[in-house]
Amino acid sequence: MLPKASGLISVKPPSINGNSTLSREEMLLLYRQLLLARLCEERIRQEYAKDEMKTPVHLGIGQEAIPVGVCHCLPKGTRSFGTYRNHALYLTLTNDTDGFFGEIYGKVTGPGKGKAGSMHISSPEAGLMATSAVVATTIPVAVGAALANQYQGKDGLVVSFFGDGAVEEGVFWESLNFACLHRLRILFVCEDNGLAIHTPTAQRQGFRSIPEAVQPYECYVANADGANLPLVIESARQLLSRMHADPKPAFLHCTYFRFLEHVGPQEDFQVGYRRRPTSEEFEHLDPLLRFEKFLREKECPAEEVLRTRQGVEKQIDQSVRTAREAPFAPPAELYTDLLV
Amino acid sequence: MKSTLTYRQALALALEKEMEADSSVFVFGLDVPDHKRIFGSTAGLLEKFGPKRCFGTPLSEEAMTGVALGAAISGLRPVHVHIRVDFMLLGMNQIVNMISSLRYMTGGKLKIPLVIRAVIGRGWGQSAQHSKSLHGVFAHFPGLKVVLPTTPQDAYSLLRSSIRDENPVIFIEHRWLYDVQGTVDDQQKIPLGPPALLREGDAITVLCTSWMAIEAMKAAEVLAKRGVEMEVVNVRTIAPLQDEELIASVMKTGHCIVADYDWAFCGFSAELAARVSHACLGQLKQPVERLGFAHVPCPTTRPLENAFYPSAVGIIRAAERMLGLQESDLGRESFYSYEQRFKGPF
Repeated sequence: MLPKASGLISVKPPSINGNSTLSREEMLLLYRQLLLARLCEERIRQEYAKDEMKTPVHLGIGQEAIPVGVCHCLPKGTRSFGTYRNHALYLTLTNDTDGFFGEIYGKVTGPGKGKAGSMHISSPEAGLMATSAVVATTIPVAVGAALANQYQGKDGLVVSFFGDGAVEEGVFWESLNFACLHRLRILFVCEDNGLAIHTPTAQRQGFRSIPEAVQPYECYVANADGANLPLVIESARQLLSRMHADPKPAFLHCTYFRFLEHVGPQEDFQVGYRRRPTSEEFEHLDPLLRFEKFLREKECPAEEVLRTRQGVEKQIDQSVRTAREAPFAPPAELYTDLLV
Repeated sequence: MKSTLTYRQALALALEKEMEADSSVFVFGLDVPDHKRIFGSTAGLLEKFGPKRCFGTPLSEEAMTGVALGAAISGLRPVHVHIRVDFMLLGMNQIVNMISSLRYMTGGKLKIPLVIRAVIGRGWGQSAQHSKSLHGVFAHFPGLKVVLPTTPQDAYSLLRSSIRDENPVIFIEHRWLYDVQGTVDDQQKIPLGPPALLREGDAITVLCTSWMAIEAMKAAEVLAKRGVEMEVVNVRTIAPLQDEELIASVMKTGHCIVADYDWAFCGFSAELAARVSHACLGQLKQPVERLGFAHVPCPTTRPLENAFYPSAVGIIRAAERMLGLQESDLGRESFYSYEQRFKGPF
């Protein structure tokens, strides 16, 4: 493993082994979702230099198994809130590559008609209520949605995704406190890449670990290696079943390795604040390679895996083409959608 | 039904009526259900609706503001209350980065029906951190409505309209107005938007907000004794601003004083002055005058505090200058102070 200061946090040995049963259909669906997120972002990387995508992109290559795994466990009707590193979350919840690329290209066909862009893309109809660029800002909003469920007597679930930097914001602790005080049904998911832009955890956090800091609150806490999709699923399922038995908030801490720069399509190992992983480390840190290995171990037929990949590639090609041809919002759209 | 109510009773009645009418309305904030009930403005709600719909919170202004937003996009109608508007600054990230923008960022898919009530403090040493109004700051951000009621009827009707509005509304109440009595018709609806004509006149127009409407009425009463009829127009909803009636008044009188309960520099008074100047250029006999706080933090000690706030005297003197009149002797007039506040009736 890379040293801690390089953007990785050692993962505590989990009490669960990631070997829970996944059906072949589930495995292929999960693979499809991982691949969809990865290949959409790889496509952004290829296209970005053309300067047609005029939106900052915070790519989540390395992160994908966390939203894919957590979303796989969520009951229907769950509402989610995310961050600016939201592509995998959006694509997993919607499978809407037309809308996704529409928004990335700033076209009226995007879910925000181009007013949202990459950093604020959402799909309330698919349960992705809001994503936000200012760190930690959607956390209390998610808590408010969970309060509404309790108020309305609904047993629905809310999930709040955020990064490790959010834990340094006061509003995270305010929100956790309130959620625990009211025993709300909310799952907090910390996607921990050990970096706040370029500043490593060791230079930011005056406590031993995030899960330990959260532990004293009245909530369930679990860890997972965020590159291990079956493990993320098992950890999330375990937390959800505990929440179901005795409603309280839960906190899932997942570590992952951010392969690219904070914002933009490039690698940035050459600038020196962290080193490039070795090829052996790379295989361990990449959730897609890890899951492909898992599929082979589970003897998932290679032709089905290939077919899945071809289907995803075709879908992305089509959506990119459609988005590039789509119109921009007319000027009159500037003033719509402000007030009801 | 018409009855005589104080401003605080009018606020509590509006909340009660809306909570009765709609089970999705709830009221929360620090000390909302305690024995003082936000100066009486949440009185009776806990007893009638229980702790689910009227509850206190941790001291977590940003999170509670975000919670209000999360509840509002989930089918509820939260009313979040601050005992002092200055504490809203701790929730500014949610107000400015999320509440004002979220509907726009979702391409109009989300509605955000929430109200944030906040009280302006004044007097007895409220000092720099318990005295701000901030309405101009909130109005600066597109996506927020901002309301400042002056009369008990406005407090009642505009709070009901704010709760029923499908947009975020910042509702700012001056503490000195809480004791003011007036007739309140519980059936009267007042939409967010139009200003209130408090007094008709032909000599000069005063456009005023919040407590400054009381000061303007006093000034008008004093000036009337020497035959100067001042028109007093109370701007109750400052965002979105409906300026047609304001402009019409200045077109009629040819003179305009803007008396805003805030700092003048980069303040709401500048917005009003710019609009009036632009629309009434040929009709204005004098440049628009602006009155506001002295451009310093609010001091604690009374003599300096008195000099800090704009007042009826300031309005009278400005009017006299603009109309080319001698300064009248105000020695026999009595003006409002912390000890001698206006109590109504309107």
